[in-house]
Amino acid sequence: MGRYLIRRLIQAIPVLIGATFLIYWLSFKLPGDPIQALAGEKKADPLVAAMLREKYHLNDSFLSQYWNYISNLFQGNFGETLTGRSVWDKITEAFPYTMNLAIVAFLIEAVVGVLAGIMAALRRGKFLDQLVLLSTLLVISIPVFVSGFILQLTLGVQLKNSWGIDFFPVSFNENDGIRAYLLPALVLASTSLAYVARLTRTSLMETMRADYVRTATAKGLPRRRVVGRHALRNALIPIVTFLGADLGSLMGGAVITEKIFNIHGIGGLLAESVYRKEGTVIVGVVSLLIIVYLVANLIVDLLYAVLDPRIRYA
Amino acid sequence: MTTISKTSNVPAPRSAPEGTPLLEVRDLHVEFHTRDGVAKAVNGVSYSVNAGETLAVLGESGSGKSVTAQAIMGILDMPPGKIPHGEILFQGQDLLKLPAEDFRKIRGQKIAMIFQDALSSLNPVHTVGAQLGEMFRVHRGMSKKDATAKAVELMDRVKIPAAKARVGDYPHQFSGGMRQRIMIAMAMALEPDLIIADEPTTALDVTVQAQVMDLLAELQREMNMGLILITHDLGVVADVADKIAVMYGGRIVENAPVHEIYKRPAHPYTRGLLDSIPRLDQKGQELYAIKGLPPNLLNIPSGCAFNPRCPKAQDICRTDVPVLHQVTERDGSELPGRGSACHFWKEQIHG
Repeated sequence: MGRYLIRRLIQAIPVLIGATFLIYWLSFKLPGDPIQALAGEKKADPLVAAMLREKYHLNDSFLSQYWNYISNLFQGNFGETLTGRSVWDKITEAFPYTMNLAIVAFLIEAVVGVLAGIMAALRRGKFLDQLVLLSTLLVISIPVFVSGFILQLTLGVQLKNSWGIDFFPVSFNENDGIRAYLLPALVLASTSLAYVARLTRTSLMETMRADYVRTATAKGLPRRRVVGRHALRNALIPIVTFLGADLGSLMGGAVITEKIFNIHGIGGLLAESVYRKEGTVIVGVVSLLIIVYLVANLIVDLLYAVLDPRIRYA
Repeated sequence: MTTISKTSNVPAPRSAPEGTPLLEVRDLHVEFHTRDGVAKAVNGVSYSVNAGETLAVLGESGSGKSVTAQAIMGILDMPPGKIPHGEILFQGQDLLKLPAEDFRKIRGQKIAMIFQDALSSLNPVHTVGAQLGEMFRVHRGMSKKDATAKAVELMDRVKIPAAKARVGDYPHQFSGGMRQRIMIAMAMALEPDLIIADEPTTALDVTVQAQVMDLLAELQREMNMGLILITHDLGVVADVADKIAVMYGGRIVENAPVHEIYKRPAHPYTRGLLDSIPRLDQKGQELYAIKGLPPNLLNIPSGCAFNPRCPKAQDICRTDVPVLHQVTERDGSELPGRGSACHFWKEQIHG
């Protein structure tokens, strides 16, 4: 187990280097001039531009720029933006919002998705099952920017105007606490929620047909125990895989959802820096996201062994 | 109507009147409604088991022997399964009319079942101790600690070495024979009155088969349980069974005390089964096999279901379904417990 963990962490290093290299190269290749972009519409002052170019090594070759960056990175220095702000500060500023949003969205998708899936599986072919199937199909086929605005309009505006319930703020405001995250998290979670519900339904229906579930029934156990302890425990394995991978992608921020609800998270930061061609910020954020992904994946793999005793790591 | 009086009948008296068998199945029908039509898996099966008695139910795959057992256990998948007809009287009480919750309490406590493939029938994610102890926790309300102690006791009883050390192991960590012992221990846990063993040794290798059968027979004797042994292995049956019911196409085609059937089968199908046993003195010769395939349950042949494969089939076999005739000696004296569903049983047994 300990050795497995160390091996996995060592394996993460080449992944991290490879990914940063690729991203750095891509942002190097982005068309346009970042210094000119800084100046906006008017022509950049050639003297200032030359000075900035010198300061940020923009005249160096790609490899030397990359080397410069990566050696700083391994010393914990994420570099600075072209306006002189520390990239690390920008990330730590944006990340808490993304993390809160991701956690609320994850809880919604895990709890509601799994529960809906269980209810559908246990009432196979009945009304509730059909309802779950149909509604999840609907949710999956609607893009986020549509569902985002619809929820904003119905839960945020109309609920307030016609019923006086002001529970879902339309626009993000930090002072609202967790309430501020509910609507955006619901939008962000919706598609995954639908997938989790369908996956749970299929997986549970499959395990309900297993021999050991028949044994559990033959033992005279109450149905609740047959489903909960014997079927669900086995059905959970593929669901945990999906949820783990999804937690990684939720942490990566959601450009569209953040934009709709005006949240200044990682997704927005990333989009903005691509727009401004700020290579250091892009690579900084992406490196962080890769680490989040790798850790999420590792946790999922370790959870397998907890869920299924037949899996052992050496 | 009398819904009230019906529910007030339950729970029925524990001790059924003298002379009633432990379990009596009467004219049981089971069908499965599938997309391709109605598969008639069981078509009027009747049999009975007394306390301390072993009934062997013999038949090929698809003869309805397992489905009958599942109907008794109440673990048929319904739908698609359906029981249009029949009674299952356990200690004088019809299980099919019992409310679900009362039936559940009988399962495991009064009737228990041993399944064929212990690896897939045991839950891979729970320790064997937890799965054994669960019986005591659910039905007896024991604490986790007491239940584990009981589990160790049970594992000792079915002769699993180092039971105390292995109670926390998972099913995949045991060998096939040991796993089947755990299945048996689980069925024995609450000392039920009846055990149904559905091909308990099929998945095991031959040396282990004998051990497991011996263990089963020994425990049955100790606890004076009724045992229904479902199998297609005639060798297993001879040692442990008291009586045999041979099933074909969802019906019982022959009933007999165990030793008589080997001497004088009264049905051509039983004859065929006996002839299919490989024999050492016929080494080198071709093995006998019953020609043809088991009937398609969606479309059972008219008349006797066995007629397309029967070497002795006549015209009447293709038109009339034979009833289960009482089999007698040549001089007409009764042979107790013998029956044959063949139009020509006389020729078969005495010919």
